[in-house]
Amino acid sequence: MMASSYNAKDEDGHLPGSVGSGGPGAVKSKKPDNTAFKQQRLPAWQPILTAGTVLPAFFMIGLIFIPIGIGLLVTSNNIKEFEIDYTGVDMSSPCFSCSQNYSWNSTSACTCSVPFTLDQPFESNVFMYYGLSNFYQNHRRYVKSRDDSQLNGDKSSLLNPSKECEPYRTSDKKSIAPCGAIANSLFNDTLELFYNHPNGSKITIHLEKTGIAWWTDKHVKFRNPGGNNNNLSSVFRDTSKPVNWHKPVYELDPSDPDNNGFVNEDFIVWMRTAALPTFRKLYRIIQKKKDNMTPTLPPGNYSLEVTYNYPVRSFDGRKRMILSTISWMGGKNPFLGIAYITVGSVCFFLGVVLLIIHHKYGNRNNSADIPN
Amino acid sequence: IYVVFFYFISSEERHLRANDREYNLSFMYANNAIKTSKYNVFTFLPLNLFEQFQRLANAYFVFLLILQLIPQISSLSWFTTVVPLLLVLSITLAKDLSDDITRHKNDKHVNNRKVEVLINGELKSEKWMNVQVGDIVKLENNEFVTADLLLLSSSEPLNLIYIETAELDGTLIKYTISILYISGEVRCEPPNNRLDKFTGTLTVRGETFALDNERILLRGCTLRNTEWCFGLVVFGGPDTKLMQNSGKSIFKRTSIDHLMNFLVMFIFGFLAFLCTILSIGNGIWEYKEGNSFITFLPRADGANASLSAFLTFWSYVIILNTVVPISLYVSVEILRLGNSYFIDWDCKMYHVKSNTPAQARTTTLNEELGQIKYIFSDKTGTLTQNIMTFNRCSINGKSYGEVVDFAGQRVEVTEKTEKIDFSWNSLADPKFCFHDHKLVEAVKSGSPEVRAFFRLLALCHTVMAEEKTEGELFYQAQSPDEGALVTAARNFGFVFRSRTPETISLVEMGVPTTYELLAVLDFNNVRKRMSVIVRNPEGKLTLYCKGADTIIFERLHPLSSKLMEVTTEHLNEYAGEGLRTLALAYKDLDEDKFEEWKERHHEASTSLEDREAKLDAIYEEIEKDLLLLGASAVEDKLQDGVPQTIEQLAKADIKIWVLTGDKQETAENIGYSCNMLREEMKEIFIVASNTAEEVREELPPIEKSRFLGKKSQVVEDEKVNGEYGLVINGHSLAFALQKDMQLELLRTACMCQAVICCRVTPLQKAQVVELVKKHKKAVTLAIGDGANDVSMIKTAHIGVGISGQEGMQAVLSSDFSFAQFRYLQRLLLVHGRWSYLRMCKFLRYFFYKNFTFTFVHFWYAFFCGFSAQTVYDEWFITLYNLIYAALPVIGLSLFDQDVNDRWSFQYPQLYAPGQLNQYFSKMAFARILLHSCYSSLILFFVPWAAMCDTVRDDGKDIADYQSFALLAQTCLLIVVSVQLGLDTYYWTAVSQFFLWGSLSVYFAVTFTMYSNGMYLIFTSSFPFIGTARNSLNQPNIWLTIFLTTILCILPVVAKRFLFIQLKPTINDKVRHKARQAKAVPPPAPRKVPRRRISTRRSGYAFSHARGYGDLVTSGRFLRIPVKTRSALFPHTDTPVADSTPQTYRTIYEGLQMCLD
Repeated sequence: MMASSYNAKDEDGHLPGSVGSGGPGAVKSKKPDNTAFKQQRLPAWQPILTAGTVLPAFFMIGLIFIPIGIGLLVTSNNIKEFEIDYTGVDMSSPCFSCSQNYSWNSTSACTCSVPFTLDQPFESNVFMYYGLSNFYQNHRRYVKSRDDSQLNGDKSSLLNPSKECEPYRTSDKKSIAPCGAIANSLFNDTLELFYNHPNGSKITIHLEKTGIAWWTDKHVKFRNPGGNNNNLSSVFRDTSKPVNWHKPVYELDPSDPDNNGFVNEDFIVWMRTAALPTFRKLYRIIQKKKDNMTPTLPPGNYSLEVTYNYPVRSFDGRKRMILSTISWMGGKNPFLGIAYITVGSVCFFLGVVLLIIHHKYGNRNNSADIPN
Repeated sequence: IYVVFFYFISSEERHLRANDREYNLSFMYANNAIKTSKYNVFTFLPLNLFEQFQRLANAYFVFLLILQLIPQISSLSWFTTVVPLLLVLSITLAKDLSDDITRHKNDKHVNNRKVEVLINGELKSEKWMNVQVGDIVKLENNEFVTADLLLLSSSEPLNLIYIETAELDGTLIKYTISILYISGEVRCEPPNNRLDKFTGTLTVRGETFALDNERILLRGCTLRNTEWCFGLVVFGGPDTKLMQNSGKSIFKRTSIDHLMNFLVMFIFGFLAFLCTILSIGNGIWEYKEGNSFITFLPRADGANASLSAFLTFWSYVIILNTVVPISLYVSVEILRLGNSYFIDWDCKMYHVKSNTPAQARTTTLNEELGQIKYIFSDKTGTLTQNIMTFNRCSINGKSYGEVVDFAGQRVEVTEKTEKIDFSWNSLADPKFCFHDHKLVEAVKSGSPEVRAFFRLLALCHTVMAEEKTEGELFYQAQSPDEGALVTAARNFGFVFRSRTPETISLVEMGVPTTYELLAVLDFNNVRKRMSVIVRNPEGKLTLYCKGADTIIFERLHPLSSKLMEVTTEHLNEYAGEGLRTLALAYKDLDEDKFEEWKERHHEASTSLEDREAKLDAIYEEIEKDLLLLGASAVEDKLQDGVPQTIEQLAKADIKIWVLTGDKQETAENIGYSCNMLREEMKEIFIVASNTAEEVREELPPIEKSRFLGKKSQVVEDEKVNGEYGLVINGHSLAFALQKDMQLELLRTACMCQAVICCRVTPLQKAQVVELVKKHKKAVTLAIGDGANDVSMIKTAHIGVGISGQEGMQAVLSSDFSFAQFRYLQRLLLVHGRWSYLRMCKFLRYFFYKNFTFTFVHFWYAFFCGFSAQTVYDEWFITLYNLIYAALPVIGLSLFDQDVNDRWSFQYPQLYAPGQLNQYFSKMAFARILLHSCYSSLILFFVPWAAMCDTVRDDGKDIADYQSFALLAQTCLLIVVSVQLGLDTYYWTAVSQFFLWGSLSVYFAVTFTMYSNGMYLIFTSSFPFIGTARNSLNQPNIWLTIFLTTILCILPVVAKRFLFIQLKPTINDKVRHKARQAKAVPPPAPRKVPRRRISTRRSGYAFSHARGYGDLVTSGRFLRIPVKTRSALFPHTDTPVADSTPQTYRTIYEGLQMCLD
């Protein structure tokens, strides 16, 4: 920032209006414009923190927050949620043997059945989630290990996936579709739910497997290559399946062409990586009964049939199955309600304290004159 | 050996021959083309980029960019760094480009100016850039001087030339010229930057003459009042003293800059600390968790926990780099520039008379204006107008000059008061004004005393007159006082018309009269008077004397004693009004006595030893038994509003020291008239001694016990009872500034309310400033208008130049300039204070917003396996500092004001926080750090808790990474926006627009980037498709945002409110008051200045500088036939005449040559 102080123009810069070329009429007034902007006189609102504004604000916030908090808390508490851990850590757990034996490469399926009881009826639509703990889906290397172009149905990316996918980019000299660590670690347990009717019969509960992913993901972000070509196996002919998968991507749901390949909703849900290492993902939806008279899930005994494929023991993870109803504010989470009530009360209290302080000291200081 | 010797000569000395291009070209001297531009078309890009990357900030970002290109480390895409970097680079590039284009244009303009050059005996018009060293050029009136010239001859009868030295050393000076010759050889010093020195020799026909600075005309001056002159080019273009002086200027930095640099260094350390913690965390995580997580997330070959930790360190350096954002420096520059423009635009700092607006010449120092503790002011031209007006006089016991109405009441003189019509006198100066008709009547009626009074004024001086056209007189006066007195005499009918060394021609009431000048008894400091002895046309000898009243009164004839009493009364009255007075007296001389005296005078003046003392004694002898004529009173006009300004600045606790080259009496007098020194002061210490011991004794006693104990480098302020003043002169200052005494001086000076240093040299001015700068840790400002102030202007933290009459050099080396001293209070109390406030607010807010932004990443690290995963979308990271948060903060820091200018003037105490560095300091920074820490905790953990295991209202995912990122960044942006609103005192439409505009831009950009279209076009760049649509329609998201904002803001509001209630600052109080008075505008702060009642009196006559006395009597300036020359020099005692006899011969020879 060293600057040369000399400016050739300065040679001309004698006294303004001094003898020189141009008559007196040529001397222009250099008076700056008298505009509000240039004179820094823009009209302005100048709020200051006075007792008249601050104290009512505190009381108002208190008054608004507490009812909101109560409402939120009540809503949250009305949501019914049931959670069961089926990892099989304990010897007593039905899935213990599966969790012990299992590794990625085993071909034979291991199944286990976890019984549970619902004490209360679940009304309306019930959402079935699987939850994983201690699973770092938000790890930087994990998050970036995907190729969005490939998932969007780009042909060239299908055969030549992005470098980000390494080391799950190619296998057997064929590109992997879908590539990357996220896809490779797709949750592949199969969960089935049965209602043990008091009369002893075992009723399968119908689990809806579509409508679980974001509309934008399903219709924009994820697309099968080859456009409307329904013969996915030919489209994915030159690719190989992810290393950990048991079946190629075009066999994820052979029954429904709109739920197969990259647009398989289980796959899409998995690909939307979680923010935190403990997370739950929507697995199935149990539609409410048509008649509206009986609850979707009446209280009683149920069993969860698990096809145990997904190993989490190695990193001390946990697998859960969650059944939950929802409300206008989403799933069960009492935090917001409690936080609102707390903040509201604190505001109210602070308002009172500040009011006392203002009464005791405020007037004295503000009326005090400024020494001149 | 010979060759070596020759080389040595040529490198040390400059050799040139007049009019011999081939010879001169052999030395490869620079021709007269100048180049101030830095780049050309080809070098611009590489050179400019190279320069830019030398800046630490830019280099740092390139380093980051390189880190980002390593795939193992890259935690952010390359564009997060490239976009801001490119923006910054291109802004700077554009600015440099436009600057350089301007310089190119100027260079071209200057280089293509035409000048007449003597080539092969003919005058040819030549472009400046083609002028070579050794050429002889002809300059005409009002032309710029082409290069550094050796003066040869001029058109003027007195063989002088007049120049206006616009920027080199300020004053209007005449240079005497010496020689005209066509061949000759010059040897002189190599190019250098000393303006006041030139050494060289000229050889013509085997004779060698010494050349000095008197004969050199420097580039950058303008020829005035001279028809033409010839000069020999000695230095051209880059070798000229002007260009040599315009080297690299010192780059001043503000204290905020220093603090900022320190903080940036600290932040780097802090960054390293954070990254270390996180990389250790990563190491532990990789060891404990990562190993087992390999099934899902394999590592690269050969990677293990420690390598991963190492890489993570750098990854986090990239992510957390936003604590030192590149936009900090850019924004600081922008807002300083903006505040500089506000100074340029200020109508209230525009001076109508001189058509000069205020100018911020340096745009990087604004906030320092709000922290000034010491002001060092020049006197002449700064506090005063340097215009002397003949205001009052007392003639023969009668006082003139006061305007009274019919009732005999005194009337205040204003612009509208009727002026005297001098049209009866064709030679009168039209600019002169006087208001008392009685004096004109007295002159016209022929009162002998009044006539004698003006005759004395017309005769007893050393002024030189010029008459370009008939009746248009122009006086060259050594001091403005003299000019004022001679002009007064001129207007009252005693016109001094011309002089030769032995005569003075007057026009007395229309009658031309010539007096024979027999002797000039010149002024000096001890004598404090000057006399002339003249013989009038009737042959009568008279001595006219003017001088300080005390001196004259001692030498009066007893006959005048009665008159003396009356005159003394008048003098007291004049002094009370702050006028500079002189007593005038005369004496008729006897022819015989004079002859005898003259002989002794000649003896004394030719004696080799002790000549000065002997002359003084001789003068003393004849200047006695004088008859008093009266007294004159000249007003040294203060600039408008100086006392009020000084009072205001004093209220703002700014100390003002006056450093002047003037005499002690003058300086003191001005000190009184501008309210710095006051009669009611307890004591005014005057230090004027000639030895170190005396100075030490004269310095007022102070408790030395603590002082002797430790040699502290920072001198603390001390409280003293009562007010003191200190006046110290240059001699004493020289001793006092020595190492052992300077701290003592400083302590004393700082205890005094007013400090006046008189008769100081420019160097001493700088030394005083340096002393305060070094030992007081205070911000200093120097204000001046002349060349002698340049050193202090450059030394002080802030230099202010008054663009006045003394040329432009002070202005050119200053940081701020305006036309009047009184604008200083607006510059400091309004602009400075606002700039400081804005800068501090900006920095506080800027650090807050970036720390808060960055710390969230830190907390997130604990939940993502320390993998350097970002919390926000990469695009948000890119645009946060660049767009979303950039404009609002710039709006805040450009438009904010706590109270408006009128309140700022009403309560100058508002200035104090700046001096005490209260708004931004290391403490404030620590508080910001804590505040950011709190905010980031809220900003991370509230969304975290709210999103934990939550789903949308249709059961679908919302706790995914992308939604969480969107939530976190939206919370952050809203919190920092509200915080900005809380910090804003002054909500203009612009700031509202910026704030709301940025928020809407954020949402617009977010929705755009997360839209289908963007995803389909740039699939890999915008993976966040649909996130905004899917999460921002959820009520719990908005409830979370609302909760976060309230939790971040409420504590701040509560804290601020508490402080206002319990410990209101001056700022709070004035703001409160301003609000209460909203309906009623603040009272006008102006008070009518009281008339000062003083018993002091100043006898001031002459400027301290040795002026034209020698010239007047030596006749050296006259072109007179050689034969009469011996008679021309009655006093060969003058040093100039002694030292330069050879030159006179040269004039003659030159003339002869010219005639050939």
